[in-house]
Amino acid sequence: MLGADAMAKCLEEEGVEAVFGYPGVAICPFFNSMLGNNIERILVRTEQNAAHAANGYARVSGKVGVCVATSGPGATNLITGIATAYADSIPLVCITGQVDSSLLGSDVFQEADITGAVESFVKYSYLIKKVEDIPRIFKEAFYIASTGRKGPVLIDVPIDIQNAVLKNFSYPEEVNLRTYKPTVKGHAVQIKKVFDALKKAKKPIICAGGGVILSNAKSELREFSHKNGIPVVSTLMGIGAMPTRDPLYYGMVGNNGKSYANKAMNDSDLLIMIGARVADRAIAQPDLVTENTILVHIDVDPAEIGKNVGPTIPLVGDIKSIFDDFKKEELNSDYSEWIETLNKYREAEKPRRKPDEKYVDPAVFITKLSEKMEEEGIYVADVGQNQMWSCGYHIVKNGMFLTSGGMGTMGYSIPAAIGARRAAKDRQIIAVCGDGSFQMSMMELATMMQHGLFIKIVVFHNGYLGLVREYQYNTYKANYSVVDLSGSPDFCKLGEAYGIKCVRVSDMQGIDEKIDEFISYDGPMLMELMIDPMDRVK
Amino acid sequence: MKKIYSVLVENRSGVLAKVAGLFARRCFNIDSLAVGETFDKEVSCITIVSSGEKSTLEQVEKQLNKKIDIIKIKTFSEEDSLSRELILVKVKYNKNNRRELMEICELLDASIVDMSKNQMTIQLCDTPEKTDLLMQMLASISVVEVARTGTLALQKCRLSDQ
Repeated sequence: MLGADAMAKCLEEEGVEAVFGYPGVAICPFFNSMLGNNIERILVRTEQNAAHAANGYARVSGKVGVCVATSGPGATNLITGIATAYADSIPLVCITGQVDSSLLGSDVFQEADITGAVESFVKYSYLIKKVEDIPRIFKEAFYIASTGRKGPVLIDVPIDIQNAVLKNFSYPEEVNLRTYKPTVKGHAVQIKKVFDALKKAKKPIICAGGGVILSNAKSELREFSHKNGIPVVSTLMGIGAMPTRDPLYYGMVGNNGKSYANKAMNDSDLLIMIGARVADRAIAQPDLVTENTILVHIDVDPAEIGKNVGPTIPLVGDIKSIFDDFKKEELNSDYSEWIETLNKYREAEKPRRKPDEKYVDPAVFITKLSEKMEEEGIYVADVGQNQMWSCGYHIVKNGMFLTSGGMGTMGYSIPAAIGARRAAKDRQIIAVCGDGSFQMSMMELATMMQHGLFIKIVVFHNGYLGLVREYQYNTYKANYSVVDLSGSPDFCKLGEAYGIKCVRVSDMQGIDEKIDEFISYDGPMLMELMIDPMDRVK
Repeated sequence: MKKIYSVLVENRSGVLAKVAGLFARRCFNIDSLAVGETFDKEVSCITIVSSGEKSTLEQVEKQLNKKIDIIKIKTFSEEDSLSRELILVKVKYNKNNRRELMEICELLDASIVDMSKNQMTIQLCDTPEKTDLLMQMLASISVVEVARTGTLALQKCRLSDQ
């Protein structure tokens, strides 16, 4: 058996169904060995999208996503995708080919120090130096990626190691890392403190972050909130932790969130942050939060607690496990008065948008689209105005809302939706992007067609990099620079060139029928929506 | 405030770069750094002195703890530690100041470890304050070059130790 055979075998042992990748000489032995198993090899059209596709796959399947690239530029192209996964704590194993280990450090053709380059975007990285280490390192990589605070792990494999003979292959049953033991169970004393605080509180609120979804604790959160009548708001990454129309859910917080969500958080006397980083976009002034509020911060990563705001009650552990412990505690508090106040806040919110009727209104469109989506549908938002509208107007039922939150990587939606399709063959999957973000990933239409990973794509066409244009409108008195997207292709003709059914919609006339047709069409379809070039998010 | 981190790490290539990179990326200060093997060849000890706000220094420890190559971190304040630095200073001398130099060495317990007709090298192994003091005292004399280690530190022995 060769090292490359061992790598392929390790992936089989881990139950990997598919890898997203792009070959090159330095990773050829591995791809050759992959011919001997049933793991699907999905050829993307640029390496960054291999990482995004693996990201979408991981979030929908709950398993580790795997992406593969060659040495040098192949590996460096992965970096943005790796950083995107790292910022949102998505478990990936990224495998890169490397030049012959005897040539390392001599700047030969397609050599790049990838373990050095990704150091600050990975949970851990390996440069394999002995073929015998392959099984142990793969086992550890999958374990590290998928436990504790999840994240990407990179394995760099020089070509001579891939071609070296491995006499005995045995895949380790367990990992033995003396330095890595993530805390799962929450501390009993801290849990008691949380309940003591809840008993004293009059106006408690939960702020759910992406960690709730990552630890698969959505149903536990909903149960806890309903059982005790505690209202919930969410961060961008926490959208979907509660159904949007759950009476106890009060929307997304932050500078692009609902004003009643922010008001609810500011007025609370007990704020329970769960699996959220207290990052700048969600909470602009962390110090103010703790002024009048008791802050409980629950996270699996101890370093997140106290990083941006000092909590009154820190609680480290896996969120699902902590909710299981919460179930054992009794709480007979009545917060109905507080709920009534919050309902008044919500009712007082007036729609502020005044859309131009000559165009499609993205806000109304998104609401209509999501109302018509299946219960378990997956909505993948890109980055830009489309993302802000999606956060504000998409209604999650029991499905998922995927987007690049921490890194805000444009071009995420199409490859992530393709990866999501590989994980969920029967679910409804819609990618929503702008004409800017679409053009960052439109090469992946070929990946979708080649591998039959069909998705629906919505493109908001305003001829601008809308969110930057809006920023320039606000900050530079509408002096626009480098945001005009003139020169873009005819998106429908482009889609049709790939064999994708396309429709262009210019205004809201007959929009319901058009959405029905889009949703019910059996196959890949692109819907281009002409929106007001000067439209702003709010 | 200052804090001393005694960090036990896996003795593998690239670990020092990871630790130093973490400080750089998160804008933490490194006042001094010293690295060496421990009695276990697979384990190295990195001694880092860092300064900053209390909350920043707590973050330093938490972020270090996340690094998978790091085995254990001990932190202690300056008062609680026994710290040593080694300094070598090469100075130019002449008939007029030779006496003065020797007096400084004597007073500070430093030794002259090398010399030629015009230059001598002074060595001191002592607390960071003492090495600073030697530097100050020699400042008025023509210093040719200086080599100085980072701080090495261990927690002070206590009565309660087993």
